[in-house]
Amino acid sequence: MSTPFPFSAIVGQDEMKLAMILTAIDPGLGGVLVFGDRGTGKSTAVRALAALLPPIKAVEGCPVNSASVAEVPDWVSGSGKRLVARPTPVVDLPLGVTEDRVTGALDIERALTQGEKAFQPGLLAQANRGYLYIDEVNLLEDHIVDLLLDVAQSGINAVEREGLSIRHPARFVLVGSGNPEEGELRPQLLDRFGLSVDVRSPDDVETRVEVIRRRAAFETDTEAFLAHWQDEDAKVRRKIVRARKALARLEPSDEILRACASLSLALGSDGLRGELTLLRAGKALAAFRGAKAISMTHLRQVAALAMAHRLRRDPLDEAGSVTRVMRVADDVLG
Amino acid sequence: MSDRAWDRAIQALAALAVDPGALGGIVLRARVGPVRALIEAALPRLPGPQTRIHPTIDDSALFGGLNVAASLAEGRAVHDPGLAATPARLILPMAERVNGALAARLGQMLDAGTGHSLILFDEGAEPEETVPAALMERLAFFVDLNAVAIGTAQRALPAPGDLDAARALLPTVAVPDEALALMTALAAQFGIASLRAPRFAWAAARAFAALAGRRLVEEADITAAAELVYAHRATQIPEEAPPPEPPQEDDPGAQAAEAGDDDAHQDLFEEQLIEAVRALLPPDLLERLAHGRLTTNARGSGAGDVRRGNRRGRPLPSRPGRLDGRARIDVVATLRAAAPWQKIRRRARDTKARLILYPSDIRLKRFEKKSDRLLVFAVDASGSAAAARLNEAKGAVEMLLAQAYARRDHVAVIGFRGQGAELLLPPTRSLVQAKRRLSALPGGGGTPLAAGLHASLHLADQARGRGLSPALVLLTDGRANVALSGDGGRPAARADAEAIAAGIRAQGLMALVIDTAIRPGEASATLAANLGGQYFALPRADSDAISRAITAALE
Repeated sequence: MSTPFPFSAIVGQDEMKLAMILTAIDPGLGGVLVFGDRGTGKSTAVRALAALLPPIKAVEGCPVNSASVAEVPDWVSGSGKRLVARPTPVVDLPLGVTEDRVTGALDIERALTQGEKAFQPGLLAQANRGYLYIDEVNLLEDHIVDLLLDVAQSGINAVEREGLSIRHPARFVLVGSGNPEEGELRPQLLDRFGLSVDVRSPDDVETRVEVIRRRAAFETDTEAFLAHWQDEDAKVRRKIVRARKALARLEPSDEILRACASLSLALGSDGLRGELTLLRAGKALAAFRGAKAISMTHLRQVAALAMAHRLRRDPLDEAGSVTRVMRVADDVLG
Repeated sequence: MSDRAWDRAIQALAALAVDPGALGGIVLRARVGPVRALIEAALPRLPGPQTRIHPTIDDSALFGGLNVAASLAEGRAVHDPGLAATPARLILPMAERVNGALAARLGQMLDAGTGHSLILFDEGAEPEETVPAALMERLAFFVDLNAVAIGTAQRALPAPGDLDAARALLPTVAVPDEALALMTALAAQFGIASLRAPRFAWAAARAFAALAGRRLVEEADITAAAELVYAHRATQIPEEAPPPEPPQEDDPGAQAAEAGDDDAHQDLFEEQLIEAVRALLPPDLLERLAHGRLTTNARGSGAGDVRRGNRRGRPLPSRPGRLDGRARIDVVATLRAAAPWQKIRRRARDTKARLILYPSDIRLKRFEKKSDRLLVFAVDASGSAAAARLNEAKGAVEMLLAQAYARRDHVAVIGFRGQGAELLLPPTRSLVQAKRRLSALPGGGGTPLAAGLHASLHLADQARGRGLSPALVLLTDGRANVALSGDGGRPAARADAEAIAAGIRAQGLMALVIDTAIRPGEASATLAANLGGQYFALPRADSDAISRAITAALE
């Protein structure tokens, strides 16, 4: 495996970086959907974020990264008693993956060799307490999508097959990316992502040159490049850690709650999910900025991230929904 | 240009051998023939391990897994190491058959930087048959060898020793900052949005310099890199007089003295570079751009998406059952079912047999079959139709598109006017694109009904080959006046249209004719009859009726 590109060295794409940082602060936000052209740094950003995040403490040898010995599922054998630090897991879910591989299945190897009926954990187990990254999420097979939706909502992966009856926690941040020109995403899945970002290739030459320049520097002398950026990365990491702690202290005022509700109403988004996400995202942003309270500015900054993909959408509508959200946000939030 | 294609292919292969990690790989579009044989014979000369894989390679071969047969035979778990474990050059013939899933995995492997490189042989016969865009994007080079004459294929790969020397030299090769800026600006001028392209150009230029034994990238390297990396990705042609892009220095003061000379030279070189790449652009790029279509290679839905089409719903869990000669056994599920009992059975039978299967262990494969549907909209945009109700027809199509969206059908749009028909939108699920292409469709000219029908039939055939179930929705006034040859004349035009309509009927393609004439009448109704399809007159047919008819035709 090659070293990931440093997060803070990614040129531009501020919205995408902000969205990823927010989910790192509050994993409960429910994932990020990044839609845009190829070669805009989507995969780079996800991998960079994982490397940036502080390591998690997990029980040694536990396939689901349990935080304490008491939480280790009973079907696990051979896990240790000690807690060890592990990098935040980032699991790639490739297109065309089989259901077995996602949910886990009978461990055929142990069954054949030892005659035991044991469970072999899948990708969902690996991704617990980390990130599940799906490139080209809009091309994913429907039955896998259904499965993911279910697990993402409940936070529990239940396997009922081949005489196994297993459940284990599967709480992960879903990061999906894709190119809208190649197919739409089902509204049910769209809505399940907390935040959405549209990324575009930078269109001024200077920025593009800078991207290539940094990439070239990274590839020619990786170590020097990492050394140069590690301070910046550490700064972001500290801010994330501090923000996670600050999150609990931030209480939304009535005014903010009302603003969330009226923005959601004005946009006509379905259900309460939108305004809840808006509030949580605003809170995470306030924590990240080190603010004492959530302000209207915070809400405005996350409005498009949290709401743009929830608008009742005319499939033939070309006008950007981000523009619509911002217009309404300006009206409502004043 | 094709006489140089061979040289470029060789150049690209050499660069790939020098820096496989950064360049990813190459797509060689070449059908089986002497030139293809020649290049395949040359490949083993490249240093390093190389493996041939095939488009239906499974996960365990690629990423490693349990070898079930060997495990059973030896009574212990035997693992096969996957190809991904050891860096190698993977050679993949019939690359146009690669589906989205394999493309995604190979892409993932390349992204992870395992040091693999890919050499894909794209044997596509139709322009639409290409390597999935997601994979194409991650490979630096593309060379079309189909037009290469065998006599011109002279140049050989550098000797292994030279390649090794170049590889040793590579880490020290420097790229001047202006060169970097120039390559990036050039990519932008050709309308290449992805930033992977300039990165590949950068890596390729370095590899070329290393091959030439230089420590500094020169103009020749940049030209060669740009030719190989940009030509197939271009989506636009730079303006005649390229705007003086500012590859500006941070401190102009220091170099002010010689700036004048340098700039002039830089501009000149940039023009040469643009010419070099422009000369290699696919010949039909201009034409496609003129019609507002994007290049199929660089963008669009890639063949993988479509070929994945026949989703068969979900493969249902396998089920216990008896083999009756029709059902297919699910070996793995059967073994899984039998596995936990092996110890007990062995003890009960007092035998050393490694695998004891009981009939109750047998598991059968079950699939829920469901093909994706493809609606081919053939829209008559001729003068006679345009004058009348082209816009209404477009409206009707848009409405149908919205319904197709709800049913998750694929759609394709063909327009016909003037001399012939044109595929405006290859099968896709992206409705935004469909709408855009449709609204850009101009009206005017004759009615080449036969050409429109022919294009539809061709598309439907292709779609069937990919496991879609196509249906044709024809919007026309039915007044054919241009024959298949492109010549005018009503009788010939009508005869041609009738012949092809009969062909469509014989193929069993569902068809629906929506009459867009001001005074609907005979012509279209006859056409519908010839097609064996249903007939609707637009003024009377409301949206519900049309939608019901389409649904019925497709069920």
